[in-house]
Order: sequence, then C-alpha cells, then structure tokens
Amino acid sequence: MAGYILRRLIQSALILLGVAFVTFFLLFVLPADPVRQIAGRSATAETVENIRQQLGLDKPFLVQFFRYLGGLVQGDLGRSYLQKSEVSLLIASRLPATLLLMVAAIFCELAIGLSMGITAALRRDRFTDQALMLTSFVTVSAPQFVVSLLMLYVFAVKLGWFPIGGYGTFRHLVLPAITLGILGSGWYSRMMRSSMIDVMRTDYIRTARAKGLTRARVVLGHALPNAILPIIAMIGIDIGVFMGGIVVVESVFGWPGIGQLAWQAIQRIDIPIIMGVTLVSAAAIVLGNLLADLIVPFIDPRIRLR
Amino acid sequence: MTKFLTSTALVLSLALPAMAQDYTPDPAAKAGGSITVTYKDDVATLDPAIGYDWQNWSMIKSLFDGLMDYVPGTTTLRPGLAESYEISADGMSFTFKLRPGVKFHNGREMTADDVKYSLDRVTNPATQSPGAGFFASIAGYDTVADGNGLSGVAVVDPLTVTITLSRPDATFLHVMALNFASVVPKEAVEAAGDDFGKQPVGTGAFKLAEWTLGQKLVFAKNPDYWRAGVPYLDQVVFEVGQEPVVALLRLQSGEVDVPGDGIPPAKFTEVMGDPAQAARVVVGGQLHTGYITLNVTLPPFDKVEVRQAVNMAINKDRIVQIINGRATPATQPLPPSMPGYTEGYAGYAYDVEGAKKLLADAGLADGFETELFVMNTDPNPRIAQAIQQDLAAIGIKASIQNLAQANVIEAGSAGTAPMIWSGGMGWIADFPDPSNFYGPVLGCAGAAAGGWNWSKFCDADLDAKATAADSLADPAKAAERLAMWSDVYMGVMEQAPWVPVFNEERYTMKSERMGGADALFVDPVSIPVNYDYVFVK
Repeated sequence: MAGYILRRLIQSALILLGVAFVTFFLLFVLPADPVRQIAGRSATAETVENIRQQLGLDKPFLVQFFRYLGGLVQGDLGRSYLQKSEVSLLIASRLPATLLLMVAAIFCELAIGLSMGITAALRRDRFTDQALMLTSFVTVSAPQFVVSLLMLYVFAVKLGWFPIGGYGTFRHLVLPAITLGILGSGWYSRMMRSSMIDVMRTDYIRTARAKGLTRARVVLGHALPNAILPIIAMIGIDIGVFMGGIVVVESVFGWPGIGQLAWQAIQRIDIPIIMGVTLVSAAAIVLGNLLADLIVPFIDPRIRLR
Repeated sequence: MTKFLTSTALVLSLALPAMAQDYTPDPAAKAGGSITVTYKDDVATLDPAIGYDWQNWSMIKSLFDGLMDYVPGTTTLRPGLAESYEISADGMSFTFKLRPGVKFHNGREMTADDVKYSLDRVTNPATQSPGAGFFASIAGYDTVADGNGLSGVAVVDPLTVTITLSRPDATFLHVMALNFASVVPKEAVEAAGDDFGKQPVGTGAFKLAEWTLGQKLVFAKNPDYWRAGVPYLDQVVFEVGQEPVVALLRLQSGEVDVPGDGIPPAKFTEVMGDPAQAARVVVGGQLHTGYITLNVTLPPFDKVEVRQAVNMAINKDRIVQIINGRATPATQPLPPSMPGYTEGYAGYAYDVEGAKKLLADAGLADGFETELFVMNTDPNPRIAQAIQQDLAAIGIKASIQNLAQANVIEAGSAGTAPMIWSGGMGWIADFPDPSNFYGPVLGCAGAAAGGWNWSKFCDADLDAKATAADSLADPAKAAERLAMWSDVYMGVMEQAPWVPVFNEERYTMKSERMGGADALFVDPVSIPVNYDYVFVK
C-alpha cells in the first residue's frame, strides 16, 4: 500500500509537471501580449519593452519556463502582473469558499443523483424510470445561468427564505449548493442507474433474494456497495471541475470562489494567476482521483492496490 | 510627438487664490450613513500609479488626492492639494503652493517632498505604471530609466514645488488631476512594497478600513479630511463578484444603493418602463465614442473612397437600437460633451447608393472580402452582425472574428486586423480635453506596431497641427486652441480612418435613500458616483 501511494505520488508530480509545461507553452504562443495589458493604452514601445525585460518575458521560452519551475519548487507561485499581489495569497483567499461549495455541492449531487439513479434502476423501463431519466437529461443540459438565476429569484427574492447571494453563513451556502446539486445530479443518476441495473442482474443478488432478505436489505446492503464503485471514480473527476471554478454559478450567487479569479486573469492574460489556478486545480484532480482509488478497497475488499 | 512648435510670446503669469466657492454644497446634505456599491469584477489594486480599471478609478479618487482636481459633477479644473499655482510667462514652468496641514491617513503631514517622490515613482519604469506616458512633457522624463527621478520636478520649500516642462503642454493641469498624479507617502509605499495596492495610504476623503479579498472592501470616512464638511458618508461598502442582474434584484429589495456596472441590457426596458424605478435612474453623457477602425495600410482600405463608402454604409440608428437606445449616433471622433467638438458637422450620412457609387469609383463595384474583429462580450457580437449586414448591402463580405479582448487588442496593435469594432475597448477619455482622443488612437505616435492606433492612420500635417494646438498653453488662447483641434478632427473625418458609430450615455441607478445632485451620479470623472459628495437622505 505504501509503495502504491508513493508510486502514485510520483506519477502525480510528473502529471503536474506536464500540465505546467503545456499551460505555460499555450500562454507563450497565445496571440496576445500580457505586457500590453500592463503597460496601458498610452504606453510607448520603449515602456512596453522595459516592462517586458523586467518580467523576463523577453527571454526564450525554456528559460522562462525553468525560471517559473524554479520558483514553483520553492513554493513560489509568483506575483500577479496586474494586481502585483502574491498569487498564493490570492488563491488562498478564495480556496475556503471554493472547497466549502465543492463539498456541499457534491453532497447535493450525490443525494439527488443517487436516489434518482437507484429509483430508476428499480423501476426500470416503467414510467418513473423514464420520467427520472428525462429529468436528468434536462438538468445536465439546462443553462447554468438561467437555473441559478431562477433559483435565486424564487427562493431568495420572492419567498425570502435565503439571502440574495453572498458568502459567510450556512444560509448563504444552501442555494448555490442545491443549484449545483441539481445541475450535476444528472450524470450521477445515469451512472448509478446503469451500474445498479448491472448489479441487480448478478448471481449474488439472486442468492440474497433467495435467502429471503427484505428488498431494502438487498438493495442497500448488497447491491449499493457494489454499484457505487464507478461513482467514486466520478467524484474524483468532479472535484477537478469544481476546483477549476464554476464561474457562472459563482457570479450569480456572489460566491467568492476561485473561478472568478481565474476568469478575470484569463481576460487580462495575467499569466502567474492563470498558471497558479491551473496547477492548483490540476493538483486537486490528481489528488481527488488518488483518494478515490484509495477508498475503493475499503468498499470492495476484492480490489487490492499494488 | 516629435515636432515642437517654437513657442511665440506666451506672456502670462497666472496666480489663482484658494478658490473657496467652487462648489456649493447641497443644503439638504446630511452627514452619516453607509452605502453599498456592487461590481462584477474584483478590484485589482488601489495603487494610484497602477489602477486603470472601471471599478478602481473612482475608488482611488476617494482615497487619494493630486495637486489638481475637478469641481464635483463637472469637467472644470480646481486646485486640489495645491492651494494655488502660477504658470511662468513661457508656459514651461508650473509652481504649485501646497495646502498647509494636509495629513496622510497615517497621520503624517504631506509636503513638497511627497509630491516629488510620487511623480518620480509613477514615471519610474520599475513601477510599471500604465499612466507613466502622461508625464512625458515633464523635463527629465526621457532619462527616468536611470532611476534618478524627474529633473524637472524641484522642491523649493516644504510647501512649494516647481515643475518644469521640456515642451509646452496645454493639458498639463489635467494631467496633474489624473489618479496617476496622486500624492503618496514614501514610507507607506516602501513599507508595503508591491502590496501598496492592497494597503493604500493617501490624503483622500476616505481611508481603506477593510479588504476581504474577492468579497468586499470597506471605505471609512477620513475625519481629518482637509476639505471641510465632506465626505458626508461614514462608510462605503464595495461588494465585488456580483452579477449585474443580481445586483439589480438586490437594489430592488433595498440591499444595494448603487449597482456599479449599471442596468443590465436584459433588464433595461423593464426598469425604464416602470415609473418608480425609472425615476431613480440618472442619465448623463460620458466622454466615450464607439468606432470602427479601418486599417489604412491594408488594401483596399488604403483607398480613401473605400473608407468613405464604409462610413456611408453603416446604419448608426439601427446599431443604437441594438443597445436599447442608450447612445446617440456619432458624427466625429470627439463626443459632444468634449471641448473642441465641431457643432453643426453632420458627418457621413447613411446612404447605401452613394456608398456603392464610391466603391465603384474605387474600382470595386463588385465589393470585396474582409474581416471584422470584435470583442466577444454582449452586445458587441450583435453590433458586429449589424455592421456585417450593412456592409453586405454594398457588396462587402466581412467575416466576424469574435475574440477575447486581449486578442483583439493584439491584432489591432500589430496591424493585422482590417476592421475592428471598438466596443468594450473603446476610448473613454482620461481627461476632458480633445488632445486625449488623438495622440494614441489617431496620431502617428500610436500607429507604430504595438500602438493603440488600430487604423494605423498617420498624417504628418494633422500631427503637426495637433502639436501646435497643444503648444498653446496660454489660457487666453483656449478658444483658438479648441478651434485648431476641431480642424484636426475634421481633417481626420475627410480621410475617414474611423467610422464613428455612437456616443454612449451613462445610466446610473440609485436606491431611494441616496441623496445628492444628479450630476454627482453621472460625474464625468468619478465613475459611477462621486463618493465624497453623495449622502444618505
């Protein structure tokens, strides 16, 4: 197990290195000049060149990349070109909000998605199944902006149950978490349904039924632990989506997540912030997947990690 | 600008006494209270040498002061930290007498050394200020890279500073009123280092009390502010990361006082159709022009007939309708509220047949294919489609390049874009003077690769005339100077490197409880609101 984790961690570091290289390269070849964004619209060519030199952006690609990497291994993500603040500080200030919303939203996705998926699988091909699958199709296709705004309008503005956006208390968290839960539940319900259908066909379920166990015990005690394995892998990927930022939902609910930071940085080619956010979210995906893989043996003892 | 007109006898010596009554305060104004302002985008920095955004421009105005300032709600200059100033007879030297007893937020008294330090700092290349270029007329600007500061700025005594120019500059007092010329205390800048933008210390009406990154900023009243009686508000809270539509909902429910991004297009008709809400909307002009650049170095736009034909082909009224009528069709580069605007000039009228004829004269009766670059945020792609249809009507097939702002700017600066719709990146004046619409966007200086003159238009005669106009620093010749500028822009229109499309108007919405003259809510300098003078009823 320890060997497995070590090997995976080394792999993860290599993946992150690759991500850093590719992102840095894409930003390098991008037909837009970060220096022009800093220098402003009245700057002379001389000023532009001066700033380019100060930031080392006149150096060849590999020199720039290794300089960045040098800072990175010392834990230095650099300073924002436009805000001048340390990137690590900017990311850290938004991380708690992002993590909180991520955990709450994944909880909602699972609560909604799994119950829909299980119900649909048990009522396979009947009206309930078709209605639920249609619902899941609608939720994954629904535009985030419209759904978020609708939720806010109905539950915050009209009914007044929740604050109109913002961050800080549990009541602020409920609406964005449920909105994301609804929007993301479709993937889980579809996955859960097909996984459950497969499991319900297996011999051990027939045996469990033959033993005379109650339907609830068959489903919850025997089918669910087996059907849930692919779902866990999916959560690992989901973590990455949330860490990369959910700009639209964040801005409708005024949630100070990492997505807004990334979005504004991309608009202004603020390379240190773009790199920082990309690496943090890539690290989260990698670690999320590693965690998912580590959890699996506890649920299914047949699986061993080597 | 490289050419100078040898200045003739500019005989003037002007001493302004402390102007006590430049602004009459609202008799109904009450002190106290707190207001909430929202923005979608985060505030990047509050360093006056760096900040150049929609959101932070007016915030910085309330935290800092410069030697010059504007009468609230107007474009009229008034002394700020300078109590009075004198201009030498040749217009090349400005002596500012500072107000005694002005204190920074850290309690220290402001002196002439701070003025020199601040100007040295903003022009030092290491500061990377986007506003450094505004100070190019100060003597010694060319050698600031040495790190010895501006030789043209001299401290005479603790309350007197003299600034010597290397060339006459009629706009110099406006430059001294820019945020970039704000006076900052050396010790606070050095203590904070690169983080000064997050820990600002100025002399302004408000001081930064709290900043929760990505969420909100709280400005608290500066009780020791040197202007008596202001600010009225105890506190201004800025909440960032707020979608404009949600900000409007919050305003309707009484949580927000001013939505900083204005009324979202999707809600505009609804708001203006409701008398109760429309009554709380203040409309005002702004120093803005939306235009299409035609790259005069790329055929067939090198032919003036083709550029004039495009000018005649664009149905500006229809484009104004696309943005809910929130603008007036433009006839020339300068907006109507800008000094130097040519009254009575009708511009190129919408005339499809005339445009076709001009194209035929240029030997392009069958039209041609080209590209129109546009920034990818609403309403710009919709406006680009209208332009595309108008061009199609005279046989020009324009394909739309819908890109992020930085990519459009790059294509424009590099000179690879035949046509650009300026929306979202257009020129909003830094200060209310006609010269500000010329140099970087229409002059030869901006036409080099990397410059903001996207049509790459460069006319030596017009440039010389512009330089001559800006050399008329004598206030007595202001009218003559404006007439020269008017001629420059008429010359530009003849050559038609731009299609001026519209002048946007500002619609600021406020909550019921906000008090203060309407002009404060569409202040041409403090956008969206002049925080120092508004109050809570």
